[in-house]
Amino acid sequence: MSRITYREACRQAIRAALLADPRCFVMGEDVGRYGGCYAVTKGLLEEFGPQRIRDTPLAENGIAGAGVGAALAGLRPIVEIMTCNFSLLALDQIMNNAASLSHMSGGQFAVPLVIRMATGGGRQLAAQHSHSLEGWYAHIPGLKVLVPATVEDARHMLAAALADPNPVLIFEHIVLYNAEGELDDTVTAVDIAHAKVRRSGSDISLVSYGNSLPKCLAAAEQLAGEGIQADVIDLRVLRPLDGATIIESVRRTHRCLIVDEGWRSGSISAEIAARLADEALYELDAPVRRVCSAEVPVPYAAQMEAAALPQVADIVAAARALLRPAG
Amino acid sequence: MSDKLHLDRASLHQLYRQMLRIRNFEARCVELYQAQQIRGFLHLYDGQEAVAVGVTSALRDGDAVLATYREHGHALAKGVPMDTLMAEMLGKQQGCCRGRGGSMHIFDQPRRFYGGNAIVGGGLPLAVGIAMADQQLRPGAVTVCFFGEGAVAEGAFHESLNLAALWRLPLLFVCENNLYAMGVPLAESDAQPEVYRKAEAYRVTAAQVDGMDPVQVAAAASLAIAELRAGHGPWLLECRTYRYRAHSMFDTQAYRSKDEVEQWRQQDPIARLQQWLLANQQISPEEVGRIDADIRAEIDAAVAFAEAGTPEPLAELTRFVLMDSVVQEQAP
Repeated sequence: MSRITYREACRQAIRAALLADPRCFVMGEDVGRYGGCYAVTKGLLEEFGPQRIRDTPLAENGIAGAGVGAALAGLRPIVEIMTCNFSLLALDQIMNNAASLSHMSGGQFAVPLVIRMATGGGRQLAAQHSHSLEGWYAHIPGLKVLVPATVEDARHMLAAALADPNPVLIFEHIVLYNAEGELDDTVTAVDIAHAKVRRSGSDISLVSYGNSLPKCLAAAEQLAGEGIQADVIDLRVLRPLDGATIIESVRRTHRCLIVDEGWRSGSISAEIAARLADEALYELDAPVRRVCSAEVPVPYAAQMEAAALPQVADIVAAARALLRPAG
Repeated sequence: MSDKLHLDRASLHQLYRQMLRIRNFEARCVELYQAQQIRGFLHLYDGQEAVAVGVTSALRDGDAVLATYREHGHALAKGVPMDTLMAEMLGKQQGCCRGRGGSMHIFDQPRRFYGGNAIVGGGLPLAVGIAMADQQLRPGAVTVCFFGEGAVAEGAFHESLNLAALWRLPLLFVCENNLYAMGVPLAESDAQPEVYRKAEAYRVTAAQVDGMDPVQVAAAASLAIAELRAGHGPWLLECRTYRYRAHSMFDTQAYRSKDEVEQWRQQDPIARLQQWLLANQQISPEEVGRIDADIRAEIDAAVAFAEAGTPEPLAELTRFVLMDSVVQEQAP
């Protein structure tokens, strides 16, 4: 076991990928000299040179499209988009080309492209750097959407994504970069198909991902003090969604609270709630509840930002209300 | 016809034959559209054939091509077989894309034909990436990206020229300037309507050529592609051309006069090349007749192949959304 930060786990993953495959390269804004907007690629330019750690101009659509083309023609690009907020400038290439080409061409082309982007709020970066758009991307057939929440997933999901023949988006939460965790050195690979139970309990399922996972784990700890045992599911992959693991948990707990840093309306949490209604309605002893971000552009001021994002206290309160309804 | 490039008789015949194949293939597509065997949008290349044919005449098999939603001509010129192309037009599973793409999304992996892109400017960033990969994996190969003058107003055009120039990519941008983006004349959409001059801002070598003259296009493309193969890319060619028909099958054409269309028809690349070849004893009337008959037979066979084709079974609807199950080794 070694204790490392999520950022360092991301960096080690990229370095290992570059060492493992000469076709692999990194391309993005400030990935080289600057070392990455969130310092994930620090030191890699010095080690691998400018052909494989390619600084690009500010041209998100061009960069994403170039990544698609490079993947089509045999390379294994890792494209970094600074934050998912900027990825909207690249949405045309991500959706109309990366996600569509395989099906549209009748299976002639695979697009083994990986796009990494930072997501989420909590560092007072205001509305244009704090949103959580992974749920949007999970709407699009042809993509895979990964949301690593642990150092293990940050360290190992990238290799699985690069080995995948499909375009894979990896959303790294900005608050998690500084988080530390124990990395089990005996684990050398993870799957990118399944959710995981991060804490077992029999009273309520807390379903979340990304930076909401540590919040759910903290809430579960508090709830345990009150005699409520929470089953904490880390979704890990938003598309394809592992409904079976969620339903298996709900069969044990009969109550479900979904925690999603995306906005509530039309979110991945809405999709999960709908699936539970479709496939596990009679397992439920109470309505499915959700803790999501307030439906506002995330504000700068600390108290307003905190109020906009899911917090541990919100999760605890919602869980409590599910188990011990007032009146 | 230009004399900048020495073309032998066989090469001239090939230019003529390829342009006529495209023209007549599309004429048959119009009939099939009217018979409702081809549906959806159908954007004809009628009038612009010299551009695709002239440029691709300078290519080798391993080179890559990207085009727009008006791409039947580029596909045929790049070697996509007419029968699988026609089957695609008819939405049959024997089509090059199993009938999933249709007229606007022709792809052919073995021939390195990467679409068929119906987002204006959508192919340009892809071309940058393909040229990047080729620079590393297939030295000497070049990528050609065709787009209309409407695309030069898109950000993707500017991002792509800049990236290609920064990285000295073996990439030829070919702007098919047919003067109208749907109904908007270039002068009303671009403050600088001389498209080739935009390349200068990105230090991309550029030239403007008569896109109604296949020999001039071929000469310019040969020069540009030789430069690309020598590592002196990227280049941009602006080919001044004209589409005789509507943007898609039908529009009011209120944006231009009949006289204007007629004037451009007087410069028709196929008729002019045929006249020149006959006048200079480079082709005999019998050879003209034989080429015509060969093409007719090829088109008849393609239509027969397409009509005999079958619809893709509904069970395949979601196949290839993800490629997990497909053994896919895109070996360099």
